[in-house]
Formats: sequence, C-alpha cells, structure tokens
Amino acid sequence: MSVDTATVAKIASLARIKVTDAEIGAMVPELNGILAWVEQLGEVDVTGVEPMTAVIPNTQRLRDDVVNADPLTGGDMRDAVLANAPAPEHGFFGVPKVIE
Amino acid sequence: MTDLTNLGIAALRDGVASGEFSATEVATAFNAAVAAAQPALNAFIVTTPETALDAAAKVDADRSAGKTLGAMAGVPIGMKDLFATKGTQTTAASKILEGFTPQYESTVSQKLWDAGAGMLGKLNLDQFAMGSSNETSAFGNVISPWRRPGDTAPLAPGGSSGGSSAAVAARIAPAATGTDTGGSIRQPSAFTGISGIKPTYGRCSRWGVVAFASSLDQAGAMAQDVTDCAIMLEAMAGFDPKDSTSLNLPVPAWTAGLNADMRGKKVGIPREYRLDGMDADVAKSWDDGIAWLKDAGAEIVEISLPHTKYALPTYYIIAPAEASSNLARYDGVRYGLRDLPDGAGLQDMYAATRAAGFGPEVKRRIMIGTYVLSAGFYDAYYTQAQKVRTLIARDFTQAFEQVDVILVPTAPSSAFALGEKSADPLEMYLNDVFSVPASLAGLPAMSVPAGLDRAGLPLGLQVIGKAFDEQGVLNASLAIEQRAQFSARPAKWW
Repeated sequence: MSVDTATVAKIASLARIKVTDAEIGAMVPELNGILAWVEQLGEVDVTGVEPMTAVIPNTQRLRDDVVNADPLTGGDMRDAVLANAPAPEHGFFGVPKVIE
Repeated sequence: MTDLTNLGIAALRDGVASGEFSATEVATAFNAAVAAAQPALNAFIVTTPETALDAAAKVDADRSAGKTLGAMAGVPIGMKDLFATKGTQTTAASKILEGFTPQYESTVSQKLWDAGAGMLGKLNLDQFAMGSSNETSAFGNVISPWRRPGDTAPLAPGGSSGGSSAAVAARIAPAATGTDTGGSIRQPSAFTGISGIKPTYGRCSRWGVVAFASSLDQAGAMAQDVTDCAIMLEAMAGFDPKDSTSLNLPVPAWTAGLNADMRGKKVGIPREYRLDGMDADVAKSWDDGIAWLKDAGAEIVEISLPHTKYALPTYYIIAPAEASSNLARYDGVRYGLRDLPDGAGLQDMYAATRAAGFGPEVKRRIMIGTYVLSAGFYDAYYTQAQKVRTLIARDFTQAFEQVDVILVPTAPSSAFALGEKSADPLEMYLNDVFSVPASLAGLPAMSVPAGLDRAGLPLGLQVIGKAFDEQGVLNASLAIEQRAQFSARPAKWW
C-alpha cells in the first residue's frame, strides 16, 4: 500500500497537523519508503496468533473508591491544573469561540 | 584531593559517608564541570546548580546530625528532560512544551531525591525521545565528547538519551537517568563507552514521564559501570499505584547480589543477529564477549530467535501508533504552546499549534501512527504488528528455556557523525536493529563497554535477560566489564 498527496493531506488533517503543499510533497516519498519497508510483516504467518495486549503479564488494579485517596492525582487542584494553561480564564481553560 | 568528577556513584556516596569530602564539595565540582562543558556539548537543556547544592546541603546536614544516609546520598545526577520535575521546566526537547513547569514530581525522580541524589539539570534528548542521534531536539544537537583521533567532526552521542550519555562520558555527571523505548538507553551508552540498563517493563514507574509509546517506555540508569547502574536502578525501581502497568513486586537487592561468577550459567548466542555485512569490529567485539563469558565459567549455546528480522518493522508500526495517540494531548489548550492565528477556530488552533510545536521527526511518526491506526488499515498494519510482536516475545520465551542470558552487540556500528544519517529516516531507524527486539518483549537488557573499534570509538555489548531477571543481566555484564577492562576516555577538548 502506498500513499499519495491526497492521502497524506487526509492523514495530516486527522492528526490535526497543519501542513503546506510543499511539506506534503516531501512527506509522500518518505512515508512510502517507510510503509514499503514495514510491508514485509505481511509475509509472517500469524495463523492462530493472538495480538499482544500486555508485554509482561499483569492484572488491572482498581484504586479504592475514595475521594482524593491519592492527593497527587485527586481533585481540588484547580490552580495547579491551570498553572501551565496558555489562556486560563475565570478558573477554566480558555479556547477560541466554538459557537457562533 | 582527587578530582571528584572522576568518581562514580559508589565512590562519591562512600566518600561523603566517610567524611572524605562533603556533598557540597561534590555538587560544587560537578556544577563547575557542567558549566564549563555546556557551550561545547549542549548536554543540558537547563542546568540547576542551586538544586544540586540544596540537595547536597541537606545530605551534609543529615550526616552531621548522624542520620542514616540514602543509597545515592551526595551524588548529583543529570535528569533526562522527559521526567517531570516540580518547578523545573520539562520539555521532552520539544518547542510544544517550552516553558512547561510541572506542578508535580515524577515517581522515578522523587525516588532518586529520596535516596539522597541531587539534580544538576535537565538533560537534552531527541524530541519526545524519537531519534537515535539526539539530532531531533528543538534545543540543538548534543555533541559527543568522543572524537575520531585527529578529527574534529562532531559525533552523535546516540539517542534518544544523548544528553545522558554525553554527560556521563564527559564526566560532568556521575550518572544520569535514561528512558528506553527501542534502545534509547543502550545505544547511547554503547556510543559513549558507558554502562546503561533498561529493566523489565513495569519495574520503574512511568508516572510523570512524558509518554512516547506506553507499552514500550521504560526508565533506567546510565552510569560509569555496572555496579553504579545497579545502585541507581535499585533506587529508581519499585511499585507505584499511580502507573497501571507498574509491577507489584519487591525490588531485589541487585547491588548486594552482584556476582561475576558465570559457572553453571548458559549464555545464548542468537544466530539471526549475525547479519550479512556485519561490521568486522562489531563482530570481533561480540566474539570477545563470548570468550570473556566463557572465561567467567559460562557455557555458550547457539540459539535461534527466528522472528528477529521482523522486530524493527514491528516496532516502527507499534511505537508510532502509540505515539500518535499519546501526543494527541498537545493541543494548545491545557499546557504548552498555543498558536492561534487571527480569526482561527478551535480546529485551526489545534492544527497550527501542532504544526509549530512538533519537529519533523515527531510529525512523521504521528503521521505514520495515524495512518496505521486509520479505518481500513488498522488490521493490515497494527493488528498484524501486534501478532508479530507476540511471536517475537515467544522466540525469547523459548530461548530462555535453554539459556539464562543472551549476548548480542548493542548497535551495528560505533558512533556516526552528526548529519551522516539524518537525511534518511529509514537508515536512522536501522540503528536500533539489535536493541528493539528486547524492548518489544519487555525484557531487561544492558549495554556494557567492550572496547574501541578501529576508528578509536567505543563499542558496546548487550546482555538480554529473562523478565524480572535484572540480576542475571547485571551479573553477566559485570563478568564482561571485569574482562574488557575498558578504561578509554574521550580526550578533553571542551
């Protein structure tokens, strides 16, 4: 499988990365080179093989259902959460207007 | 007094504990070495001399008060700028996080501070740890302290932990943290003649570590020798309820358990790693390693890891796929860069922010990841890669029914020059050919210096162990270290 300029433009749009036509032009052969190389995985017989989901066997844990059980990952942290926001407003994340 | 900056973790810690020198003297000496080397090597993104001195003062006060000192007490280290450090800028070497000041401390860095270590600064790296030469950093290349004899061409320190490897090799930090997704601890260690270990996936908490590919990312230690790596890894590892993939196992006493006697141990040599056209010096160093482990008493066993050739393409599907998902969080809303063109809406802001904030290699991997996860291609690429990953891990499981550890080269060559491979992404990816398989299988693996090649540059040997058997990896590495007698150092030019 290979990609053309329209496909690369579509991928960039899905990835929310603004690209110029020149950048798309440069990416087409690069991505095709990489995709042609990974294509070789198709020759591996994977009949009856399960896709890996966990590299080291582990069990999912649930934390105790207690409010702020871990103060580092709990609530009541509004100021810390907003401390690095580019445009905090009135205790919220500010974004451009989305409803006209 | 001896030059303190030549000492490693154990010597510094023991010297501070015995009163031979103070932690403040140690921090002062390394702060000066860092400042002197920074213009030439660019190993750090920010330096934090005051933080190092504060930690040292606390160790000195604790010692005066007769308190028990930690395993890293009085040792100032470099912290890869992928670990969130409270109050100190954390960037992952990307413009998109420039100025980001974490409000919390990563689990691994906190454990090191709790053990008495201090921070010299945040170390440069490939942007979001994506790279093998440290050339994708938004804060400039790291220059290796190594040069080819009679040549001033700047060499790559390896990547992604290139600031870490350069700092330890230049003796401006006695040790540094690294992270390894496909070889980012081992390959830079090999390139710069130092030791570096990646533990079993889940040993070190990923909480507070900027995520690249979450099923592969693992923190580890980079230092002058195997013993220092054991001490540091012991301080970093341990169960963390804040990381859902953290291993709920006690941390073994790896340092106390160090033992270079390989009698009764079997070392596997996988035939698939002997590639056509393998560099003659790399092949020779591998043969040296085999002879050294035999000398240490080990039995050498030829093994087969039949899916080895598929590891790299598997990695370059899985890692970008996970990266495209992980890096979706950089949207210009919650932290980091925001690029808001005049009159732009929310979607335009996302796209402009990510275009301005991510470097070319990061964009390339996000694009590949987005493509292989997209409707219609998911099964052909991503599911197929996850199945092949199962087979690669199974190869190792079967091999470890016959052997205790596996010995292979760390990288296919010694350090290359900056710019030599950066034009062709695929050629750069091929540098990870020997390190990626252990990452895909989540296994502990270590690089230890083996010698110099004909260009006068270091080569590393890699020991891969069974899951949870960091001790076996450290012990075989120690046996190699004792016989390689690697003492070469870069001539100081910086």
